Amino acid sequence: MNIIVCVKQIPDPETPAASFKVDEAAKKVIPAQGIAPVVNPYDPQATEAALRLKDAAGGGKVTVISLGPDTARDAIKHALAMGADEGVLLSDPAFADIDNFQTANALAKAIQKLGGADLILMGRAAADWDMGVVPTGVGQILGLPVVTVAKAIEATASSVKVERVLDDGFQSVEAPLPAIVSVSNEFGEPRYPQLRQIMLAAKKTVQVWTAADLGLGAEDLGAANRAMPLEALYVPKVESNVEIIEGDSPEEKARNLALKLRAAKLI
Amino acid sequence: MAGILVVAETVEGEISGFTLELLGAAKVLSGEGGGAVTAFIASGPAQALLAHGAETVYTSAAAADSLAEVLAPAVEAAVAASGADIVLVAQSSLGRDLGPMLAFRAKTGVAMDCTGLAIEGGRLRATRSAYGGNARAEHTWKSGVQIVTVKGKAFDPAQAGAGGGNVVPVEVVGEARIKVLGVSKAVAEGIKLEDAQIVVSGGRGLGDPSAFKQLEELAGTLKQAAVGASRAACDLGWWPPAQQVGLTGKTVSPNLYIAIAISGASQHMAGMGGSKNIVAINKDADANMVKVSKFAIVDDYKKVLPALIAEIKKLG
Repeated sequence: MNIIVCVKQIPDPETPAASFKVDEAAKKVIPAQGIAPVVNPYDPQATEAALRLKDAAGGGKVTVISLGPDTARDAIKHALAMGADEGVLLSDPAFADIDNFQTANALAKAIQKLGGADLILMGRAAADWDMGVVPTGVGQILGLPVVTVAKAIEATASSVKVERVLDDGFQSVEAPLPAIVSVSNEFGEPRYPQLRQIMLAAKKTVQVWTAADLGLGAEDLGAANRAMPLEALYVPKVESNVEIIEGDSPEEKARNLALKLRAAKLI
Repeated sequence: MAGILVVAETVEGEISGFTLELLGAAKVLSGEGGGAVTAFIASGPAQALLAHGAETVYTSAAAADSLAEVLAPAVEAAVAASGADIVLVAQSSLGRDLGPMLAFRAKTGVAMDCTGLAIEGGRLRATRSAYGGNARAEHTWKSGVQIVTVKGKAFDPAQAGAGGGNVVPVEVVGEARIKVLGVSKAVAEGIKLEDAQIVVSGGRGLGDPSAFKQLEELAGTLKQAAVGASRAACDLGWWPPAQQVGLTGKTVSPNLYIAIAISGASQHMAGMGGSKNIVAINKDADANMVKVSKFAIVDDYKKVLPALIAEIKKLG
């Protein structure tokens, strides 16, 4: 079974709020000092799903694609160290400031250039912009069915059965292959790369493709060609009006809080 | 042409509460010059949509629980028929798929999970959270139809009025390539988190999964209260993921939100920032959650909670 996994490198979502800064004029996040970017938290689950499905099928290939700056190679290396076979980095200065519409288009072109796959897996969303649009977008461009927010995936030679997470429960669906599936955190813990695998991963091939390699020109890329221009990016202000409940002991504070809540008719 | 098309959803045959919020948002936009409000419903009570402010309702031959790939061509036909240039979709299980699908079919963009919408110069400007709530982003559309999914509880629901208007059937439906094999409901004991008047939530700062027993006891002494948790606590397996409050969990806006040992990382704030009153119990006076609270106790929750539970019981 041939599987393509798309992964993304993002600023660490555990960055403390105080270290998060935005250049409002440039409409960009200023990288936090000393905090390295990480693999989007949902993506290792997509890689894990790919590796399990390849094993269950008794063979095949898992190829990892990432679109990003040269540092995004680390996101690919992480997937290779988990056990993926090959990587492709889509990197070009022209990819800076593109939106999800342009990203989906570039990924779709890369998937076509790879000759397609039986199954294409992605994380349910990237935790930076948190839109979750790209899996559906790539599916529309390639004309493939898309099943989103998977917690379990089973594949046969011609179809995939997916348990989806809904707002208020679960839904079991079946789609013909090739298909795109986005994977949620409910899928379960991804494997942790072992030292031996990390060393093996260093020997695996990572190709680098530019916009031109994908047949994309300046008219397709850049902030000027976004379907949805970004007009403003800023850190929302928090005004504090908190009343700290005082008392000589934790117990007294608790009693005072209960009285306050009752007086305010909140309980 | 201008106009706003609301994509309606039903819950057990009734118009969903979320749909009423979309109609509420549409009414606001219409008042700002966004044009006429219309609605699409796969199948269901079209009259109720007319009564809540839609001037025309487009219905289809598709089942109410159809997947996005079946509904997208029908919604597209409704957009064309209505002349709408704004489409409002709920950030629901369906909307998460339908919004992007409509956008990519129309070769335009989609802004997901929007908390603010405004008409400026005849076009839409949408505000949404990014970077886990650390940032706000504002978007416009270069051209074409402007598609958004709207965050739950971000807009007041439309009120029922006199109604009246047309119901227009749309013939086209999409091919169903994905087959639904079954649906099951997540079972939460007690009151549903989203419906609770009071939410008691715990975070990683509890340090111990057994602390949730105390949170449950506190919720038990309050009326209409449910227990939630931050993503960090759910990731540690301390509380079910279905009861997670936050960006990747449930959105709640109860009258009272009691955050215990939750620092207030943006991931969590995104799911409960709309709470009417927040109370924080935290050891750290500088925690973000303390800053956004109405009342806060800066102390060890282990000592505070038993006394708080006892006092509330005493007050009756």
